Amino acid sequence: MKAAVCFLIVTTGALLVRFAVASEQQYNFKAGDVSLQHWLMPVRMDEPKDNKQTAQRIALGKMLFFDPRLGRNKNISCATCHNPLLGWSDGLPVGQGHQGVPLPRATPALYNTGFNVLQMWDGRKRSLEDQALAPMAADTEMNVDFDQMISFINSFPEYRAAFKTAYSEGVTKEKIAKALASFERTIVSDNSPFDDWIKGDASALTGDQIAGFKLFVDAEKGNCAVCHNPPNFTDNGFHNIGLKVAREKPDLGRYHIRKVAVLKGAFKTPSLRSIAKSAPFFHDGTAKNLAQVMDHYLQDFTHNKGVSPALKTIKLTAQEKQQIIAFLHSLSDRNEIPTLPVLPQ
Amino acid sequence: MRFLILISSFLISTLCAAQEYEVEQKNKMFSVKEITLKKGDTVHFKNSDKIFHNVFSLSDTQFFDLGSYPKGESRAVKFETPGKVEVECAIHPQMYMVIDVKE
Ligand SMILES: [Cu+2]
Repeated sequence: MKAAVCFLIVTTGALLVRFAVASEQQYNFKAGDVSLQHWLMPVRMDEPKDNKQTAQRIALGKMLFFDPRLGRNKNISCATCHNPLLGWSDGLPVGQGHQGVPLPRATPALYNTGFNVLQMWDGRKRSLEDQALAPMAADTEMNVDFDQMISFINSFPEYRAAFKTAYSEGVTKEKIAKALASFERTIVSDNSPFDDWIKGDASALTGDQIAGFKLFVDAEKGNCAVCHNPPNFTDNGFHNIGLKVAREKPDLGRYHIRKVAVLKGAFKTPSLRSIAKSAPFFHDGTAKNLAQVMDHYLQDFTHNKGVSPALKTIKLTAQEKQQIIAFLHSLSDRNEIPTLPVLPQ
Repeated sequence: MRFLILISSFLISTLCAAQEYEVEQKNKMFSVKEITLKKGDTVHFKNSDKIFHNVFSLSDTQFFDLGSYPKGESRAVKFETPGKVEVECAIHPQMYMVIDVKE
């Protein structure tokens, strides 16, 4: 009996500690503090049962990702828009597809995309395998003719061999998508100065960056963490953040996929890991830099129609704004850009 | 005879009285993945997170949108049609549950 009571007290105690850790008021802003550990990315990423990561699949996916000859005019690859030198995006306000035609939305940066619950700005694709073929097929993007593309791939013994070792069968649309997804799962941002600081290296962040982190999570200050949750700086959710929209033909975002009032003009919360590498920002590319992102949230916009209830008007001094921006720079991963593949000739 | 019918209908209605259920929204999850209930039962969806959640269903069986509401608030739906009802939070697509309404 006594033992049972003791056990109860111990488990309740443990539960209370866990609860305290989960609440941001309880953060102790010291490098390596136990209260901050849930900001570290998980070591493993989920992968579909029928497409386990292997070195051969990743290598094949990398070749396909960087091969511009897969586009209809043989001059556009995944990497044309998802350029590793530009944070796996394109540095443009909105993407440009087949023959340079502007697309309605910005090219999403691919960092940690394998951790996303849903893919695309409006979440219309669930897995990376589903997603991979969509921009290839879209006549405004790569405008691929799949039969033509598969016979092109089959014309190279190196590609045929790579498909055989990766998937022990020939070239199919499905296998192309799987290989691309395998490669995309290796585009991970989890090795930043911020991560070092969370792990205990007190010198990894500057005083301003630590101050910026405090403001970032403080609901009465930046209120950023209300949507940019640990550890991937996203709630995997959809919000209308009050951006100005064209009066004619506004982009209703997630509402096109799920006809629920709160989703009018709502787009997926992007991860902020390595965010400083992929300007311009927002789904419509209207913020040229992080200062303009902050300026948007500092305006009194929450009374605009349809704005997510998660947002509220925030007030920051010029110095506090700079500290949050300094903090965002500390989220940039230091992993080197992957070596380029050798394409079959 | 009339008296008998009255009594039996009283008995039936007490035995089959509509039930009330509570589903919590906590840590960006519904507290249950699936519940089975009877036609006429009511489910209260309570938000226990510090953030806003939404509750909606686009199911053919029953369509509703309870809107978005903050911590501590609860909104209710009465389930009138038998069938499976998929319930989601519009803001957080990983929040998903099924309500199986029996005749
Ligand atoms: Cu929610």
